[in-house]
Amino acid sequence: MLLIPCPWCGPRDEAEFRYGGQAHVAYPRDPGALTDEEWARYLFFRDNPKGLFDERWNHAAGCRRWFTLTRDTATNEIGGPR
Amino acid sequence: MTRRRAGHEGEVLRFTFDGRPYEGYRGDTLAAALLANGVRKIGTSVTLGRPRGIFGAWTEEPNAVVQIERPFSEPMVQATTIPLYEGLAATGLAGRGRLSPEPDPARYDATHAHCDVLVVGAGPAGLTAALAAARTGARVILADDRFQPGGSLPDTGETVDGRPGSEWALDVAAELVTLPDVRVLSRTSVIGYYDHNYLVAVERRGEDAVTRERVWRIRARRVVLATGAHERPIAFSGNDLPGVMLASAARAYVNRYGVLPGRRAVVFTTGDSAYDAARDLADAGVEIAEIADAREGRLVTGVIGGADDEGVRAVVIGGHEVEADLLLVSGGWNPVVHLFSQSGGELRYDEALAAFVPAGPYAQAVEVAGSARGVFTLAGCLTDGEAAGSGFALPSHPLSGESGSSPPSHPLPDVRAEQLWLVPAEDYSSHFVDLQRDVTVADLQRATEVGLRSAEHVKRYTTAGTAHDQGKTSGTLTSAVIAGILGVGVAELGTTTFRAPYVPVSFATLAGRDRGPLHDPVRVTAMHDWHVSHGALFENVGQWKRPWYYPRPGEDMTAAVLRECRAVRQATGAMDASTLGKIDVQGPGSAELLDRLYTNMMSTLKVGAIRYGVMCRPDGMVFDDGTVIRLALDRFLVTTTTGNAAAVLEWMEEWLQTEWPDLRVHCTSVTEQWATVALAGPGSRDVLAGLAPDLVVDTESFPFMTWRDTEVAGIEARVCRISFSGELAYEINVSWWYGQALWEAIHATGAVTPYGTETMHVLRAEKGYPIVGQDTDGTVTPADLGMDWIVSKKKPDFIGKRSYARSGNARPDRRHLVGLLPEDPNALVPEGTQLVDPAVLVPEGTKLLDPRVIVPEGTPLVDPGVAPEGTQLLDPRVVSEGAQLLDPGAGVPEGRRFVAFVRLPAAPVPMLGHVTSSYRSAALGRTFALALVSGGRDRIGERLYAPVGDRLIPVTVTHHVLYDPEGARRDG
Repeated sequence: MLLIPCPWCGPRDEAEFRYGGQAHVAYPRDPGALTDEEWARYLFFRDNPKGLFDERWNHAAGCRRWFTLTRDTATNEIGGPR
Repeated sequence: MTRRRAGHEGEVLRFTFDGRPYEGYRGDTLAAALLANGVRKIGTSVTLGRPRGIFGAWTEEPNAVVQIERPFSEPMVQATTIPLYEGLAATGLAGRGRLSPEPDPARYDATHAHCDVLVVGAGPAGLTAALAAARTGARVILADDRFQPGGSLPDTGETVDGRPGSEWALDVAAELVTLPDVRVLSRTSVIGYYDHNYLVAVERRGEDAVTRERVWRIRARRVVLATGAHERPIAFSGNDLPGVMLASAARAYVNRYGVLPGRRAVVFTTGDSAYDAARDLADAGVEIAEIADAREGRLVTGVIGGADDEGVRAVVIGGHEVEADLLLVSGGWNPVVHLFSQSGGELRYDEALAAFVPAGPYAQAVEVAGSARGVFTLAGCLTDGEAAGSGFALPSHPLSGESGSSPPSHPLPDVRAEQLWLVPAEDYSSHFVDLQRDVTVADLQRATEVGLRSAEHVKRYTTAGTAHDQGKTSGTLTSAVIAGILGVGVAELGTTTFRAPYVPVSFATLAGRDRGPLHDPVRVTAMHDWHVSHGALFENVGQWKRPWYYPRPGEDMTAAVLRECRAVRQATGAMDASTLGKIDVQGPGSAELLDRLYTNMMSTLKVGAIRYGVMCRPDGMVFDDGTVIRLALDRFLVTTTTGNAAAVLEWMEEWLQTEWPDLRVHCTSVTEQWATVALAGPGSRDVLAGLAPDLVVDTESFPFMTWRDTEVAGIEARVCRISFSGELAYEINVSWWYGQALWEAIHATGAVTPYGTETMHVLRAEKGYPIVGQDTDGTVTPADLGMDWIVSKKKPDFIGKRSYARSGNARPDRRHLVGLLPEDPNALVPEGTQLVDPAVLVPEGTKLLDPRVIVPEGTPLVDPGVAPEGTQLLDPRVVSEGAQLLDPGAGVPEGRRFVAFVRLPAAPVPMLGHVTSSYRSAALGRTFALALVSGGRDRIGERLYAPVGDRLIPVTVTHHVLYDPEGARRDG
C-alpha cells in the first residue's frame, strides 16, 4: 500500500487513488497530421522502465485532482509531487 | 493429566479431542493440554498418511493441525497456537481441513493505525526496543502474537536482572501501558509487510469478545522487527514420527506449561542450545537417555516406531538402539526474516550462523533487532533492542524519501562453521524436510534429477514450503539440502521468497464487515419503496437496484415482460429512469468541451433543445452514450448510462485538468438531485397533459428532442421529449425529494402501466438502439453500430476522430450490429452465443441419409453447398416442429427427401460474431436478437447457425431496426 503525496490533500493511502500511467504523453496537436503508426504510438505505446518513472495519479476518492509524481519502479520510492 | 509437572496447576478446563474428553488448565494451548494427557498422535500426513504428532510449540508447528468443531467449525488450525477454553472440541486432520458450509456467526472488524515506531515481537529485544522508543516520546505500537509478553523467556526460564525473565517481561509491558502514546497489542500477529512501511496485523481477541478477530492496518514511520528465531530440524530417517520434537519446543512445554512431553528422551543436536533444553527437561523429571552431538560425529540414523502407531519407541544412534519415547532435535536456528524479506530487504547467508540474516542497506525504514538478525544471546538481544528503539531521531521529512540504515553491530556468539543438515543414508525416502507437505530428501533429489536448479523451481515441483506454516521449519533446510545435492553453497542457492501471510488467516477475518449487504453500497431511487410494495423484482445495475419487471399474480417473467411491452406500444407505460447519470456542465467553455468529447456537434445545439450523443475513447471505440440538454448558452445537462456515470465525470475531469486547463468549465454530478420518470407510449401525451395543465403538449409546440420547464402534478418539473422505445415519450425530471410524489401521481391516473428494465431493453432492441456495455465491448465504433451519422465530418477534431482514418477501420469484415431472427420464432438464443457460417459445418455421414432416421428438434440442415448429392433441404420448420414425430419405418412425406445432419468442425471453429441481446417481442410476435457479426450488413438475409449446447439453431441476419423502421410512432 503506497503512501502517495497528494499535492492538495497530503499523504494518503494508495487505495484512494487511480493510476493514470506514464506522464507527459500529450494529446497530439494535430492528430490528423500523424501517420497510423505515429497515432498508434500515442494510443498504445508507453515506457516501462526499471527505475525512475514520471507517472500520473488521480486522487479519485479524495479531491479528484490529477497530478504527476516520480516513482522508482524498482523500490517504489516516491519523489515529491511535481 | 498424568504428565504435568508439580507446581503447575490452574483452572481446570474440559475439552474433547477426536471425540474423547480431556482436561487441561487455563493458559494451556491445545497442544500443551494434549501432551499433558499423553496424546502423541494428532493426525496423519497429507499424502503419505504417516502418523504425526506435536513437533513445535508455537506458530512454527508443521504437524499438529486440527479442525475446531465447536463453537464454530474452523479448519487447519495449529494445535500449538489455540488457547484452551472450556468446551473446546477439536479433531485431528489428515493434512486437509473441511470448510464449514455454515456462515461464520462471529464478528470481524478492521481498524487503521499510525505510529512513529511499530515494534513487532515482545521478546527481550522487542520489549527493550519499545521501551526505549517510548521514552523518546515517540508514538509506539508493540504487536506480539503471544498471550503474554516475553517472547521465548517463559520457554527458557532465563533471568533478567536476576529476576525470572517472564516477570521482567510483565513489568516492562505494564510500564509500557502507562506511557502516553503507547499501544500494546497482544495476540496480534503481524502477517504482512508492504510498501512504505504499511503492515497488516491480525488481533485474535478470543471467543468471548464482541469482535472475534480484528485486522490492524498500520502505517509506521519506523519499524523494529524483533521477531525472534525458529529452531530447525535435521533430515534423518523417520524424523517425522510422533515423539520427534524440536528441542526448544520440549523446553517450552516443561517451562511454560509444566508439561512433560515424554518420559525418556534422546537429544540429537548440532549446537549448544539443546543442552539447555536437556538440562531443563532433566530438572523437570524427564530422563535424558543420551545426547547425540553431531559435532562429535554421533548421528541419529533411524527411529523405531511403536506397533501402536503412536510414535517413537527407540532411537538408533550409530548402530545401537536406545529406548526412548521422545527425540529432541536441534539443527540450529533460523532468524525469523519473513517480514524483513517482505519489506524488500535483502538476505545474506551467514556461514558462521549457518542461517539467512538481514543484509543492509534496507529497502524501507526498518531495523531488525535480537535473534531475528542472528543475535542469539539474551544479553545481546536486550542491548540490541534498546539500541534499535532509542536510535531513532524521529524524522520530520516524508517517510517515502527516507532511506534505511544498517543495524547496530553486535558481537556474534561462537558457533560452528560446519553445519550438519542431513544424516547420510542409502535411502532418503523418509528423511523429511517439509513435514506438512510430506516432502523428503528423495523428492528433492528427484527434482534436481529432472534438471531443476533453483530453489523456487524445486519448491513448485515438490511443494516444499508451500503449506500454511509458510516453511518456517522447512525453508532453510530445503535450500541447504538442494545446495548439497547440486554441490553449490547455500549462499549461492539462496532461499525462496517469503510471502504474506506469516501465519494462517481466515477469509472471514480479512472480509471483516465487508460481507452481505455491507459488501458494497446499495443505491436506491426516490421511488424504491413504491417498487417494493408493488412487487417489483430488481436488477443490479452497478450499485443501483432497478425495477426489473412487475409481475402480477400468476405471471412469470416472460408473461410480465410481454404485458409491459404491449402496454407501452399500445397505451402508456412509466419507468423509473432516475439512475441515469446526470452531469451539470457549466462555464463559457462548456460547448467547446462537449464538441471535443462527443463525436457529433454539440455547440450548435439551441437552448431548449436536446441532442443524442456518443463518446468514444481516443482509439475510436464507443465509451458511452446519452443525451445532451442545453440549458443556457454556457450550461448543459449531460446524461450518461447508469453504469458509466462516475466514469464519464472522471473522463471529463481528466481532459479538463490534464489537456485543456484553458477551458473554463466546471462539471458536477447531479444524478441524485433529479428523479426521472420515463412516460412512454401512444397515450403518454394525454396522461402528461392531464398532469401538466400549463404545458402545451402538441407536437408543433413541443417537438421531439426539446425540453420545457413546467409543473407536473403540482411539482416543479423539467420535461424532455426523449424516447428510448421509439414511441411517443417524455422524461419528467423533478427534485429527488418529490420523485415518489410524481410517480404516485402518474399512477393515480389509472392509465399507466409501470415497466422495468427488461421491458425497456426489449423495446429499445426492437428499435436497434444499442446498450453501451451490452451490445458494445470496447471494440465497437459508432459505424459498427450503424451510426455513421453521429460522427461529425465538420469538426476539425474530437476524441476518437483520428482513429476512424485508420485503414483497419474500413475493413469489410468489421463486426456490425445486426438483427437476428431465429428461424424457429420461439427459439430464444442465449446472449453471448457464438455464430458460425454454414459453410464451415461438416456433414455427419451418408448413413444419415436413410429416410427413416429420426431428426430431433432443432437439428440443423445441411446447406446445399455441402450436401451430398441427392440431399434436399427440408423446410426448417418441419424439422423443428414435426420431423421428430416421424416413426422409424414410416413413409417419407411426398416430395421430401430426407436430409443429412451437420455438425461443427473440429475446434477451433471459425466464429463470425456473437449474440449481444436476445428477447421475446410482443410487437413482432416472435423472438429476435441483436448481434455483432463480421461484415454483418453485407450478410442481411443470410442464414447463420448459433450453437447452443448440442444444437445448432438456424438464424437469419436482418437489419438491426426491426420495429417501426420509418420512425412513424415517435410523435404519437
